[in-house]
Amino acid sequence: MFIRHETIEKNVILMLVLTLITVSIGGLVQIIPLFTVETTIERVDGMRPYTPLELMGRNVYIREGCYLCHSQQIRPFKDEVERYGHYSLAAESMYDKPFQWGSKRTGPDLARVGGRYSNDWHVAHLVSPRAVVPESVMPAYPFLANKPLDYSDIAQHLRTLRSVGTPYTDEMIANARADLEAQVDPDRDPTAMQKRYPRAPVAKFNGETSTITEMDALVAYLQMLGTLVQFGDIPPDRLKQ
Amino acid sequence: MPSQAVLTADQRPAPRYVEDVIRAAVILTMFWGIAAFLVGVVIAAQLVWPQLSFDSPYLTFGRLRPLHTSAAIFAFGGTALIGTAFHVVQRTCRARLFGGEPLAWFVLLGYQFFIVAAALGYLFGITQSKEYAEPEWFVDLWLTIVWVAYLIAYVGTVMKREEPHIYVANWFYLAFIITIAMLHIVNNLAMPVSITGTKSYGAWSGVQDAMIQWWYGHNAVGFFLTAAFLGMMYYYIPKAANRPVYSYRLSIIHFWSLVFLYIWAGPHHLHYTSLPDWAQTLGMAFSVMLWMPSWGGMINGLMTLSGAWDKLRTDPGLRFSVTAVGFYGMSTFEGPVMSIKAVNSLSHYTDWTIGHVHSGALGWVAFIVFGTLYYLVPKMWNRPAMWSTRMISWHYWIATIGIVLYITAMWVSGIMQGLMWRAYDELGFLQYSFVETVAAMHPFYLIRLLGGVCFLSGGLIMAYNMWRTIRTETETLATHNQPALAA
Repeated sequence: MFIRHETIEKNVILMLVLTLITVSIGGLVQIIPLFTVETTIERVDGMRPYTPLELMGRNVYIREGCYLCHSQQIRPFKDEVERYGHYSLAAESMYDKPFQWGSKRTGPDLARVGGRYSNDWHVAHLVSPRAVVPESVMPAYPFLANKPLDYSDIAQHLRTLRSVGTPYTDEMIANARADLEAQVDPDRDPTAMQKRYPRAPVAKFNGETSTITEMDALVAYLQMLGTLVQFGDIPPDRLKQ
Repeated sequence: MPSQAVLTADQRPAPRYVEDVIRAAVILTMFWGIAAFLVGVVIAAQLVWPQLSFDSPYLTFGRLRPLHTSAAIFAFGGTALIGTAFHVVQRTCRARLFGGEPLAWFVLLGYQFFIVAAALGYLFGITQSKEYAEPEWFVDLWLTIVWVAYLIAYVGTVMKREEPHIYVANWFYLAFIITIAMLHIVNNLAMPVSITGTKSYGAWSGVQDAMIQWWYGHNAVGFFLTAAFLGMMYYYIPKAANRPVYSYRLSIIHFWSLVFLYIWAGPHHLHYTSLPDWAQTLGMAFSVMLWMPSWGGMINGLMTLSGAWDKLRTDPGLRFSVTAVGFYGMSTFEGPVMSIKAVNSLSHYTDWTIGHVHSGALGWVAFIVFGTLYYLVPKMWNRPAMWSTRMISWHYWIATIGIVLYITAMWVSGIMQGLMWRAYDELGFLQYSFVETVAAMHPFYLIRLLGGVCFLSGGLIMAYNMWRTIRTETETLATHNQPALAA
């Protein structure tokens, strides 16, 4: 049974195979159960896929690498819960591709930034961070405010997400464009859009322009972060993993 | 005592090695090193003076930071690894590289194309925003092709070796190539929105994506930045010190335990997150265990110097390699400490992590590359030595001071930040607003910048020294050094 190491040292294929087996074990043990153990994602209500506008805003967030300075993951410590709100659940990022938990807080956590500041605050802050927070070291993003949002292929984005597991329905895909425009236009009737995407805020997020800009999408995304799960309604045992 | 068989093998003429590619890799490594250090200095300066992004979309911290990390890890580190892997595998196998010049050039240039494509992508905002796996799907696919060619060239060479045993350095290079292939493919599985577009959505989401990403991310550290560079250590330190590896038995134990344990350590990047507790605890336990094989490697590297310590006085190139192993020992001790959940609750999300990464990246990875290049450049260009030994010494000290400034500044700012976040005043309220902690970082960001400037200056000194070493041939070496070489 005992293999002399010399045997491995003289056979490169054997060495490769044994190495591959050795390095596979840890990953298999840690990853597979996360897909099979049902309690990995808490059974809470309220989670839904992103609205088309939020999705586009999230893509701006991804493009700009915001996660390099802002986490979206509140740890269950007294100070963090007081500073940022209820600790983050796995369920709250179940539709996140990719996850944006981050690993560094050069700026504050954003997991529950939704609803904390006004839309105008966000726009002013993104355009010129130090005009709002003098000590801030955040880069300025004035170019988002007048850059038109390209959502010509929004339905294809939803379709692609469905192919990798996000539960967008046919109806959501068919109405993707209309839903995106409805969310950013307070004069339209948002009922149909909000039926598909409950708790989606409606506003002209970027009040500076009449066109739909990348700023609108990004602020729409920021304003929904951490707002979907209603913690008051959840019995504690449903939060157990 | 060498056996008869070894003697006869040594007496046979060495095969005609593939060397042009290695020379090109050496120069490219130096180029990417300077680029990585420079972008690092720029983003360090941006954290001191945030106006330095000039309101431009292309110069924000969020776009430049991946440029810095990818330039350091994949461009500087990766090119060094490809070059040295081709050098080490041919010499230790006494065999010409499998696939010859064409395959070797394909791997090196294909890899450079990957780097440039990824880097341009970051500047234009084409990114997956997965840390250290930022390149989008089409760049990932290209890298996969290059990587398979790399594996074929490497394994092919080992298979046609004239030496009966596969030398230990090759085990590490092989483990690096095969494991990175596995991690890269699984972590980057994605569906493009359109075959002609750049955007894709990943196969994984949320908590599973987090686990897979850090399984990848931590082992990019484990196999790219550790195992592979240990391969470098196992060849170039014995060569430069002219001593055999300290313990053959220790290398076997060290190799298998390192590759087995490393892969488990990923969850320590996700302590106290929504990742289930069992996975966090496993990650912590294995991270602490990992301390042992890491120090096994350090001991094997350092003890190789026994009986040759005096060389550190005369060979500043070797001094780089040995200091690198020292930093390796330090950061592989710091890592397990930070993976303990109680410590991590303070250190996570702070600059302490950044300091830790840089004691590994600057102290271990960059220093072992510098030591290796100082050995390799004279060998590859047939020079008796580097152009200036004094400049190597200058590089050594200025870079070391740079690292010390960098990591001490980050220790202080990181621990301070962590403590300020959790501080309460006497009335039971949080004592500091977030932005007060940002303001408190300012002096340390300035010190860090100074450390980075030192490290960059050292790199520039090295590049100049290298250039003079290579260029001296046409002017003087032809007339002065040729007779000496012949004799």
